Amino acid sequence: MDDTIATIIAAAAPLIYATMGETIAEKAGVINLSLDGSIMLSAMAGFALTYITGSVIVGFLAATAVSAVIAALIAFASIELKLNQIAVGFVLTLLATKLSSFLGTAYVGVKGTHVPHLAIPGLSDMPFVGTVLFNHNLSVYGSYVVLIGTYLFLYRTRRGLELQGIGERPEAAFARGIAVNRLRYIYTVIGGALVGLAGAAYSLDVKFGWRENLTLNFGWIALAIVIFGGWHPVRVAFGCYLFGTLQVVALKLQPVEALQGVSQILPIMPFVLMIFTLLIVYLDWFRRFGDRHPAWRRLLASDPPAGIGRVFERE
Amino acid sequence: MRAAWNRAGSKTIAVALAVLVTAALLLASGASPIESFRLIWQGSVGSGPKAADTLMAWVPLVLAASGLVVTFAAGLWNIGVEGQVVMGAIAASWVAREFHAPSAAVITVALIAGIIGGLLWGLFAGVLRVYGKVNEIFGGLGLDFVATGLVVYLVIGPWKRAGIASTSGTDPFPKEAWLPTVGDKLAPIAIVLAVLAVIAVYFLMRGTFFGLRLKAVGANPASAYIIGLSTSRYLLSAMAICGGLAGLGGAVQAIGFQHKLVPAISGGYGFLAILVVLLAGFRASLIAPIAFFFVMISVGGTQLSLRLGLNSSLGGVVQGTLVLLTVLVGGWQVRRARQRVRLEAEG
Repeated sequence: MDDTIATIIAAAAPLIYATMGETIAEKAGVINLSLDGSIMLSAMAGFALTYITGSVIVGFLAATAVSAVIAALIAFASIELKLNQIAVGFVLTLLATKLSSFLGTAYVGVKGTHVPHLAIPGLSDMPFVGTVLFNHNLSVYGSYVVLIGTYLFLYRTRRGLELQGIGERPEAAFARGIAVNRLRYIYTVIGGALVGLAGAAYSLDVKFGWRENLTLNFGWIALAIVIFGGWHPVRVAFGCYLFGTLQVVALKLQPVEALQGVSQILPIMPFVLMIFTLLIVYLDWFRRFGDRHPAWRRLLASDPPAGIGRVFERE
Repeated sequence: MRAAWNRAGSKTIAVALAVLVTAALLLASGASPIESFRLIWQGSVGSGPKAADTLMAWVPLVLAASGLVVTFAAGLWNIGVEGQVVMGAIAASWVAREFHAPSAAVITVALIAGIIGGLLWGLFAGVLRVYGKVNEIFGGLGLDFVATGLVVYLVIGPWKRAGIASTSGTDPFPKEAWLPTVGDKLAPIAIVLAVLAVIAVYFLMRGTFFGLRLKAVGANPASAYIIGLSTSRYLLSAMAICGGLAGLGGAVQAIGFQHKLVPAISGGYGFLAILVVLLAGFRASLIAPIAFFFVMISVGGTQLSLRLGLNSSLGGVVQGTLVLLTVLVGGWQVRRARQRVRLEAEG
């Protein structure tokens, strides 16, 4: 049991990186739709650079850089050229995916370097919690840091409040002297960098190695989870671990002949849940219910940032 | 006049840049660009069978892309198009497997079933958007995966091949359900359907009140509503039309090309169609040639892996680069025009 939960925590680590990155960007008002391609190209770049240099750190840095550049392109197209974020993000998804296949050919099946295992001394000896949380590697521990960091930053710092402001009411934020577009640039790129970490976490740890389409659909799943989690880091993280659980359950069910269908259905559950969440937010009875019980409403679903996907013009 | 020149100019710049990027990638992987372009040409239209392959890939792409012209006109981002192709293929496969009648009847019913399958899936996303306020991008994306999950489930579950469950696909359909072909692969019915679809969408958008109103709804839903247009009806119609055309593409792919249901039945044509429409600047008149160019690259690109040992994804890289550069260069020119207007206004 302990081991199973530990596997789930590890399997969800890349999704934590990707969803936290996307949450930051979307809360600032920019949709980075390129996730699926970004993660894939980062996974390839991370694995390749680690293979070439022998350093996992260089691999993670390269992965970060790749996704940050893609995110910067989306920010540039959206802010400077006033292009549709969805259009640019979508094209970049397909392009980055194909590029990863093309550039990664030489690294298919080669033996790379795994992120070294690192049990945290002391903490990992604790019963249950030690095995579940502290007997992993740096890539998994990093996901805790990013998760907690994102939450604290967004809700406990002035900058985080500012970030929510430029995503919710850019005009009001601008009137208060906040450089909306510059901050949107910064947060989109930071979010992209985190997405890149997800790629490296796959190719150097969770799905160790490189082959074509290694991380296919995980970016779309991450996008779905961000919505399912209502753009709140803690609920988004809950979505990641829920999906990690589904993955592990699906894997365990696979050998059971009679349940083959079930193990195929589980991976699409995030999308069903996402649609359900989006739907529930707008249902009248849910609105009324939410008005009566604000605590429940916060728990179940919430509205997207009001300024999401909208270009801000200072005129 | 100036706008037209600018548009042509931005296309030229984008194409030139895309060719440069492609050539650089080829050189970097040790292949001669000239030789590669020659191989793509030969591998796509260089011989009868190759041209048949290319045309048969062109059909679902054109069908999905013409549908997308309608949804884009209505201001909808129908990313669910991929799932609509898949549902069309599933519906047609169901008819091909279960309906036993003379060939002409089976084929007709299968094609209609394909249209209905895609149409319903498109409407589903439309209803979620109109009545549930679920953004069509995310709703459609979700439905894409549900459709793909359904195909995999059918292929390894209820419709699995006799005895073995394998992801290589179902048993081939009975021959009566196959679209008749000239030569080995070319199914003239499919080509005719694609051409008709593109023409129909062209005239729908240019010459009918429906098209005009649809564009009004897409350009400004609020004012369209104020002048008395039922926004939701137009949005739902657009989703239904696109879904139907995409579904027909899926049906053709199933009974005209694969002759069985496979997990990758959509061939990615739904997503590729979005690129085609972006490159076409949302105009129906450009769909057919651009789609043909795209499938030339896709089909001919496989020669690069056979002859030069390059990864076959190069075709996708070229398509993606071209569309990205076109969109970016276009945006850049609009920005320059905007700045010029501002400067003139300020004197």
